[in-house]
Amino acid sequence: MSTSSVSKGCFVFKPSAKKKKTLSLADYFIHGCEGAENSEKRFKLCQDLWDQIKTDTEVLQDELNRNILDSLLDFTRKCSTTRQHSDWASQMRASEIPTAALVLGVNVPDHDMTFQSLSDLLQQSVTPHVASVQAKECGALKHLMKRVLERLMGKAVTVDDEEEEEAEQTSAPLHKSVHCSLSTLCDWYNTKTKKSNTGTPGKKRSSPVRDGPQQPPVVIIFKDLEAFNPRVLQDFILICSRYIERLPLMFIFGIATSPSTIQHMLPHSVSSLLCIELFQSLSCTQHLATVIDKLILTKQFPFKLNGKVMQVLISIFLYHDFSVRKFIKGIQLALLEHFHSQPLSVLCCKKKDALLNVMQLDHLDLERIRDLLSFKRYLEKQEPQEQVDLLKDDTHLKEVCQKLIKDLHKYHKNYYPILRCLHTLTSSLPRYPLGKQIRELHLICLEKNVWESEDYQSAMKLLKMLAKDELIALLQRCAEILQPAKSKKIKSALVQLEDIIAKFKQLDTVAAEPPPTVEDSITSPLKHLQKKTDLAQLQKTLLEMNESRRSKKLSPFEVLRNEALEFIDSLVKSHLSPPESQILNEVCYYASSATVRRHLNATPRTSIQAALNSPFYYLQNDRLKTEDGTVSNAAPDICIVYKLHLECGRLINLYDWLEAYATVVSAAEGNDPDSDNFGKVDEVKHARFIRAVSELEFLGFIKSTKQKTDHVARLTWGGC
Amino acid sequence: LTERQANLFVCSRLIPHVVANIHVVVVGSTEIRMAALLQLPGYEEERLQRVAEQLPCREVQTGMLLSLMGQPHQYSYPSIFIYGHRASGKSHVMHVLLKELELPHATVSCVECVSVALLFEQVLLSFFGCDAASLLPRSASLSDFVRIYRQQCSQSPAKQTRYIVMEKAELLRDTDANLLPALLRLQELVEDNVTIILLSEIVWDKFRPNTGCFEPLLLHFPDYSKGELQKILSQDRPPSYSDEFYSSYINILLGVFYSVCRDLRELRHLAALNFSKFCEPLEEGKVKETDTHKLWRNIEPHLKKAMQTVYLREVSSVQWEQMQQMEEKENGALRGLSAHTHVELPYYSKFLLIAAYLASYNPARTDKRFFLKHHGKIKKTNFLKKNEKTSNHLLGPKPFPLDRLLAIFYSVVDSRVAPTASIFSQISSLVTLQLLTQVSHDDQLDAPKYKCAVSMDFICAISRTVNFEIVKYLYDFL
Repeated sequence: MSTSSVSKGCFVFKPSAKKKKTLSLADYFIHGCEGAENSEKRFKLCQDLWDQIKTDTEVLQDELNRNILDSLLDFTRKCSTTRQHSDWASQMRASEIPTAALVLGVNVPDHDMTFQSLSDLLQQSVTPHVASVQAKECGALKHLMKRVLERLMGKAVTVDDEEEEEAEQTSAPLHKSVHCSLSTLCDWYNTKTKKSNTGTPGKKRSSPVRDGPQQPPVVIIFKDLEAFNPRVLQDFILICSRYIERLPLMFIFGIATSPSTIQHMLPHSVSSLLCIELFQSLSCTQHLATVIDKLILTKQFPFKLNGKVMQVLISIFLYHDFSVRKFIKGIQLALLEHFHSQPLSVLCCKKKDALLNVMQLDHLDLERIRDLLSFKRYLEKQEPQEQVDLLKDDTHLKEVCQKLIKDLHKYHKNYYPILRCLHTLTSSLPRYPLGKQIRELHLICLEKNVWESEDYQSAMKLLKMLAKDELIALLQRCAEILQPAKSKKIKSALVQLEDIIAKFKQLDTVAAEPPPTVEDSITSPLKHLQKKTDLAQLQKTLLEMNESRRSKKLSPFEVLRNEALEFIDSLVKSHLSPPESQILNEVCYYASSATVRRHLNATPRTSIQAALNSPFYYLQNDRLKTEDGTVSNAAPDICIVYKLHLECGRLINLYDWLEAYATVVSAAEGNDPDSDNFGKVDEVKHARFIRAVSELEFLGFIKSTKQKTDHVARLTWGGC
Repeated sequence: LTERQANLFVCSRLIPHVVANIHVVVVGSTEIRMAALLQLPGYEEERLQRVAEQLPCREVQTGMLLSLMGQPHQYSYPSIFIYGHRASGKSHVMHVLLKELELPHATVSCVECVSVALLFEQVLLSFFGCDAASLLPRSASLSDFVRIYRQQCSQSPAKQTRYIVMEKAELLRDTDANLLPALLRLQELVEDNVTIILLSEIVWDKFRPNTGCFEPLLLHFPDYSKGELQKILSQDRPPSYSDEFYSSYINILLGVFYSVCRDLRELRHLAALNFSKFCEPLEEGKVKETDTHKLWRNIEPHLKKAMQTVYLREVSSVQWEQMQQMEEKENGALRGLSAHTHVELPYYSKFLLIAAYLASYNPARTDKRFFLKHHGKIKKTNFLKKNEKTSNHLLGPKPFPLDRLLAIFYSVVDSRVAPTASIFSQISSLVTLQLLTQVSHDDQLDAPKYKCAVSMDFICAISRTVNFEIVKYLYDFL
């Protein structure tokens, strides 16, 4: 760099014009991607799939929230209309601020979406004046007031160009006088409503009946009531109630725990200013169940999660946060990882596209297919000639692959309806042997052959004890589930099932015929019993009775019931085998649960300890490679200090520690162990030691103590 | 100067006279006194009449205030302090008086005045218009206010006494120490005919600054008596019903609620809430308006139910009616907002909360006994200290450090839990949900301390859902 200046000094050079190219999403994806040849195609697939999942979940969320949002909208509408009525009841409550207490559950991060759609809906249909505030931006009354005014009055500027001048005029004094009070808001509101009443007369006359209320309410949404400072909230409500006659205010409280929080936070003098109505939203577990139902248990999306990944995602949800949003994020992560790390994921798409993509696979990809575990298993079962063909002939392999892909799709087509059938049958059994929720059953099926599990056996036993009307009802519900399915197998299954149901119904008409007389056989041993017998004899006769009862002829209903259950059993056995048994399942199933867990449920402490114990794990320097449990003396200072401190008790003598450290470091420098200088503490070592110790203190392993001079206290247990 | 002194003289003369008045009033008929009191020269009779109509049962206080205020052009006493319980009509009386008599005044709520500057601005705004208010500099001080006031006042001197009414005056104690004494003698400071009226729910003794100050005139607004409440509440009569009918309703209402609730505002809320129920038989044509006994029999059970939720303000009238209908079907107990205490929590959050509860209510030295498998022998006499026993729950939760919480957590939770980031974030979300409270300061990163803020019932319900018998682990219940 040079300048034309002759004087000495500092010069600023702006970076040259050619800017660093900003990387697109695709570039990030392709960078470091496994199997780079078809990475672009995979990226495209991945993105399409994610877009679809995203829109689907959004639609789902809207549907789930519809009920509660509708009732909230009705509430606001009603409040704004009753205010203008002059009947007695509404006059009596004119001094109260209408308040909706919206109980949303503890998954606070999920609420954002609900509130967003709520305020959107309010703005569309009820009132343009909506402000939502969060606790973290309102530490003091001043800030809360400022936020509310900003959101209410600032919005007019952005929404309507016409009103910009107006808003600017009012906002100018607002900025000049630092204090913003509700009276400013009142004035603003009055000019606003007056303007909309008198303004645009032409339009108004053309549509004399206006739906919107003359005085739209001013809605303030408190997103997280619990987190607010109670003092601030109380003062704010007190102030608002002074203006309620001039300003049609309305509150919506977002409550995470229970409605009684309102009483905990607000004293009676404040809560008596409110007219609270309660709204309860759907619980998050129900929410998750719907999401799983629509997103996971469907053949619509070719991308699947295997049992372990599902387990990780569900346990994060149930054990840690109850957040549906995080669950969907988890799916997104798995999706991205799958397409990023699995080159064969190019086949993970709609059946038609997948068949096309099979034809375009190159030799390398086909080799990858040959390496797949499931394919190897398939290979072993084939004839020797076929095996050779599959291994050598690429075009033959492609044809077989097409067939296999078709099979995989068929498997999915049959799996989900049958899964639902089995769930309907077992979900009402006592003690839920196969789980209450369908996701539990799905997890079992993903893990292993469900029919081999004990729970399945016990469920079948319980089913065999069902009464006739219960069983018919369940079977009919199964038939309803199978109805929309298109695959041939399911269709034939449906026919059979309907046949069985019809037979059950016929039983009613045939039932008139007398049951076979078995009383004789039962009563005769009873007669024997009445004679005097010893204990052994009694036992024997009882056993015999039991035998005879078991072997007794089954009633037609029992026969039919067994037949029905055997049929169900056969369906389960043929369709609910775990996906691992399917050939080419690796294409669609994402299996790396460890990656998902590492990303979603971070363990900072474990990572720090891993870094300190084996620095090679992170630094990848060959010199740091050591055998188990030891640390190379060339490791960073902090690792050495950490290792040494593990050998100490609760209190550590700093001087001893320093000596030990100096010895280790001297060895690393290659000093002669016999020389005088070996292990001597020089200034540099001393300084390095002090730094390492303070780093350890920062990480929370030790702290200074006053119990003993020149000692520090350990904060962790264990060690060598 | 002479005028003011004379005025002060008048005031001091006035006080014994006023006190004497009260005694007379209590004994004599209010109606007669009222008419006599409200005949003050300088005000139109018609207006005084209107004032009297709007202020039922506050005749004495109104009369006294009026006599304190004197004629419009006369100087009044510099500061008046009015106190009385909530909903005893302090603000209402001031508001009606000043408004009906069209006296120049500024009403300021001290809650609203986040800063003193806001207070000054509002006063100047209502006396001299917004030009004067805009003269105030940023972060105005008291002397700025006095300077601008005098300047404005010299341009437009007061023809009538100006009044500054300060609601919720108790908040003035938290502001600058010099504000309250200065306001009390504002008349002298600005040399204008101005009177400060402070309204508060607490007595003057709690206000008096250490350094002493000008003593305002004290005026007490006593609580309404039952008869007065009846009279005031009867005024909210809905237009479609007769006077007698509504006042008989109020009579029943007061009969039920007067023993538990004397707050006018609350009673008014209850009256509005239950009136439609009261009218039900009338609407159906079963009962005549005059048949009080039958009406009483109909409404009594409902009022009894409403008793359970008095003061809680749990429901709006609509939900109240819906609930009553539901209840008629189910015949269950009445459930208000407070009945919905069930909180769904993630699995580990439940255990964290349980651990926090145990840490809060058990003495730390007993942890060994509860959570160590081989804790050895602990002498029972030593373990159960007399004064400690059963007192922990009475004393409330004690703070505990994070380490102890986690140690207990790991020993109560049945599976092995990795110390992941989300475990720690759950602790902080429990704090934001106000189930835990952080005792130490937010800035203290090293070993923060918490307290458990949930009740015994709540934690029992939570531990039941995870099959944890918490009572076995509580020192108090051993």
